[in-house]
Amino acid sequence: MDKENQTAEHKPTSSFVGVVGAIVWKDLAAELRSRELLSAMLVFALLVILIFNFALELDLSTRRVATSGILWATFTFAGTLGLNRSMAVEKDRGCLDGLLLAPVDRSAIYFGKMISNLAFMLMVEVIVLPIYSVLYNTNLFNPGLIIVILLGSIGYVAVGTLLSSMAVQTRTRDVLLPILLFPVVIPILIAAVKASSGFLQGLSLTDVMPYINLLIVYDVIFTAVAYMVFDYVVEE
Amino acid sequence: MIIVKKLVKRFGLKTVLRGLDFEAQEGEFVALLGPNGTGKTTFLRILASLSRPTMGEVSVAGYPLPVQAASVRRNLGVVSHLPLLYGDLTAEENLRFFGKIYNVQELGKRIDEVLELVGLIPRRRDLVRTFSRGMQQRLAIGRAILHDPDVLLFDEPHTGLDQDACDMLDRLLRQVAGQGRTVVLASHDLARVEDLASRFDVLSRGVISASASRNGLGKNNLLEFYRQALAGFHG
Repeated sequence: MDKENQTAEHKPTSSFVGVVGAIVWKDLAAELRSRELLSAMLVFALLVILIFNFALELDLSTRRVATSGILWATFTFAGTLGLNRSMAVEKDRGCLDGLLLAPVDRSAIYFGKMISNLAFMLMVEVIVLPIYSVLYNTNLFNPGLIIVILLGSIGYVAVGTLLSSMAVQTRTRDVLLPILLFPVVIPILIAAVKASSGFLQGLSLTDVMPYINLLIVYDVIFTAVAYMVFDYVVEE
Repeated sequence: MIIVKKLVKRFGLKTVLRGLDFEAQEGEFVALLGPNGTGKTTFLRILASLSRPTMGEVSVAGYPLPVQAASVRRNLGVVSHLPLLYGDLTAEENLRFFGKIYNVQELGKRIDEVLELVGLIPRRRDLVRTFSRGMQQRLAIGRAILHDPDVLLFDEPHTGLDQDACDMLDRLLRQVAGQGRTVVLASHDLARVEDLASRFDVLSRGVISASASRNGLGKNNLLEFYRQALAGFHG
């Protein structure tokens, strides 16, 4: 590049969407190569459902009631592992500073990391659901349940990405994240468990809808709050 | 190019920078000297918009901080003792990622130019985690200059490098600085920066306690100047 002809004003500006896309591409490419994060989440998730399977010798109707709780406990714990690891990768080699130096609104970094984390969580869920169906002899291929899992995961990851970017700045990040995260996501988890349970027990949409609405509202609120405060969370 | 007036930075009750004044002109190579813990990294992080000043005025590349932080970052390259690179991506992928972040035009051509400059063309498709520390630091410089910034900040870039790697890094630093960029390099290694910088500023007790140009200082006088600056003999 010709330095003399390139003044500060002429430098191309980075687009918000471009930065979000670059971060998602980077996370997926790195994970495809190392498989550290996905394999840890997946092994953990499978172990949890396996342990529950042996611990709870349930009849078919009781299983239907317990399924939503077991599923969300599995997703939540596996998700925490993923959130911790995803931010630790950025912090350990100083890469978070590299991202924060991007000439764009820092919320782009938040959305990039959030979408990556959501993709990892959904990948684990896609693998866990059929395995759970086989182990527990329960049909989980229910469109309503899929929507609830998607909405619940979005809310969980929206809060989790923000709090993991806070926790990663501390020495006790592995311990701190669940302590910070679980109390905040309780409304999402309760709504997700109730809505999932409703679909699995065959309740009418009218009965389940309040919980779905609650999930949508929480998703919007948590994403908006994270968008507004992310800059302050990551800056010294 | 860089103007800092009465900069104060506090972390809780601890005051690290106490009304620091600093200026660096276009094309100037300033070595920021001082013992560990005097606030060199804090100062550079404020210039890089990674940390907010508690008080004072900071302007980099003509843009005030923190108001126009994004514009500052567009004109800024940073190299620290950490590589700021992803180990699970190749050298080329790392540069491609940061090129997208900075929206570098004709990215493929620019990546070739940068890899050529830092001497990593043969290793462009190797994962960064397989690189030696020296190679990672060279690639980190490549990352920092990828978007052709006007201002470069180096925070102890020689940390953890052996003699050969340091010499190679110095050659690269001279090359990069010689393109009209403003460079600020923080270091506590006087021998290493003596032949690199055009000006030496000593950061002590939260302010620039002394400043001297290389021409004004003369050969082999840096150590004495530094000791006197720390002892408070210079205004």
